[in-house]
Amino acid sequence: MSEFASEIISYTSGALRNRVAEDIVMEAERSDVNTFDVQNLDLYYDKVQALKHISMEIRKHEITALIGPSGCGKSTFLKTLNRMNDWVTGCTVTGQVLFEGRDIYKEVDPLALRYRVGMVFQQPTPFPKSVFDNIAYGPRVQGMTDKHKLEEIVEQSMRQAAIWDELKDRLHKSALGLSGGQQQRLCIARTLAARPSVILMDEPTSALDPISTQKIEDLALELKEKYTIVIVTHSMQQARRISDKTAFFLLGDLVEFNDTVDMFTNPSDAQTEAYITGRFG
Amino acid sequence: MTRMERKKRVDTFMTLLFYGGAGFAVLLLAAFIGLVLAQGFSGFTLDMISFDGGGLGNLFFNTIYLVFLALVISAAIGIPAGIYLAEYARQGRLTRWVRMAVETLASLPSIVVGLFGYLAFIVMTGSQWNLLAGALAVSVLTLPLVTSVTEDALRNLPQGYRLGSLGMGASQWQTIWYILLPACFPRIMTGLIMAAGRGFGEAAALMFTAGMSTDIDWTDWDVTSPSCPLNPIRPGETLALNIWAMRTEALQANAAQLASVSSAVLMLLVVSFSLAARYLSWRIDKRMSGGR
Repeated sequence: MSEFASEIISYTSGALRNRVAEDIVMEAERSDVNTFDVQNLDLYYDKVQALKHISMEIRKHEITALIGPSGCGKSTFLKTLNRMNDWVTGCTVTGQVLFEGRDIYKEVDPLALRYRVGMVFQQPTPFPKSVFDNIAYGPRVQGMTDKHKLEEIVEQSMRQAAIWDELKDRLHKSALGLSGGQQQRLCIARTLAARPSVILMDEPTSALDPISTQKIEDLALELKEKYTIVIVTHSMQQARRISDKTAFFLLGDLVEFNDTVDMFTNPSDAQTEAYITGRFG
Repeated sequence: MTRMERKKRVDTFMTLLFYGGAGFAVLLLAAFIGLVLAQGFSGFTLDMISFDGGGLGNLFFNTIYLVFLALVISAAIGIPAGIYLAEYARQGRLTRWVRMAVETLASLPSIVVGLFGYLAFIVMTGSQWNLLAGALAVSVLTLPLVTSVTEDALRNLPQGYRLGSLGMGASQWQTIWYILLPACFPRIMTGLIMAAGRGFGEAAALMFTAGMSTDIDWTDWDVTSPSCPLNPIRPGETLALNIWAMRTEALQANAAQLASVSSAVLMLLVVSFSLAARYLSWRIDKRMSGGR
């Protein structure tokens, strides 16, 4: 019942939501605040603690990689950054997560947060609609109806995601007929069209072939000039190739967080070294 | 015989049994349809399907109109209920009660539903027998089907649709309205057509709600008049009910013949709806997996 009530409130506060989103943009551009500041984050799935006392900062225009063995909590942590964990029943969070200086659990509307913090998932699942409608979904959800503006945004996002040339002649055909790599880049374009400032990527290339993987890694390196990227990856090589900072998670703990170059050449924790050299994982 | 030979014998025997069972089902259906159609069309004269007063043509119209009304009502209640069960319901007591209610509705005997309809829609409102009451009674029976079809259709959608949509800041309602419902619309349509098939054959639920008489005048378009075809507040006998009536209470000389013709027409209606539902399903599956 209470979620229904909050639905109504969110809907009627749509105008308010847009203003909050704009305020955040203006503030962030003015000050030099970190994109994310996490302090003492604890997360529980019912009684099981999945994240233990995580504290870290994520800087603007950097690629931060989250690495660690399966089940270590890196995806859970990623999903906390855009409050997608809200949709998991039994999930409770304590601690503080600041997005551009604001507490995302106390000061920011979750829907507005997700306009600014986009997410790309492991399995590329485009909606069963045309390529155009897929990409225009983000702006439409935010209330944009102007056809010309939508066309502009779609083209711009597709160029940024490097699929404009490939797909510009089949904009109005179903997105389901694309290859895996194309679908994933479509999903990235879709996320970009919503005009976020952060892109969270949850193992975006693990379901793709090496060539598509390469294209997406190149894309990430290009995008970091305008966006902040946090990427969960199973591949340490990928983390080395593209990230500026790396965070190593193990069993819900943040074991080490450092510049990528330093972490891989000179890890300060013994467990980090063991994981990196392949002794477990 | 050797163990190997025995094993093969048993295998062959069971295979024949399975084929036999399937073949028998097909034969049964063919015989059933064939018999009904043959009986209906022997001694058939075109003026039996008349469109004045209480002719079979009008009964055919009543059947379709009533089921259409019932579907509108079931969809209006059933689709939201299905959405609730698939997207909003959490494990808990309320959800269990809702599910139990829906499943029980599905197994109610139609004659009891008919009597309930009589009490609620005729006696308590003080009306005469009318189509709308009949439609309400039938909708009680088709509601669970529409609800479970909607719920299953939604549950079978890839979770990626929801994650992708919610991840972009869409609300649950926006996700359902713009992505999920359009994606399972064809499956829901198929479910509605199946529910229609169920509704066409209803006689017991309509006996005391829709009434046993019908008197339509196709020139009368005043929606409040009892002889206007589109007026739901008028008595309207349907084909299924007519079959029963002709065979038990009728006074006409050719009552048995009329019953046979009614049966044949109803049979054709039900079979063609069933085929239409299967064709629609086939088209949907083709589109979903082809993805072009």
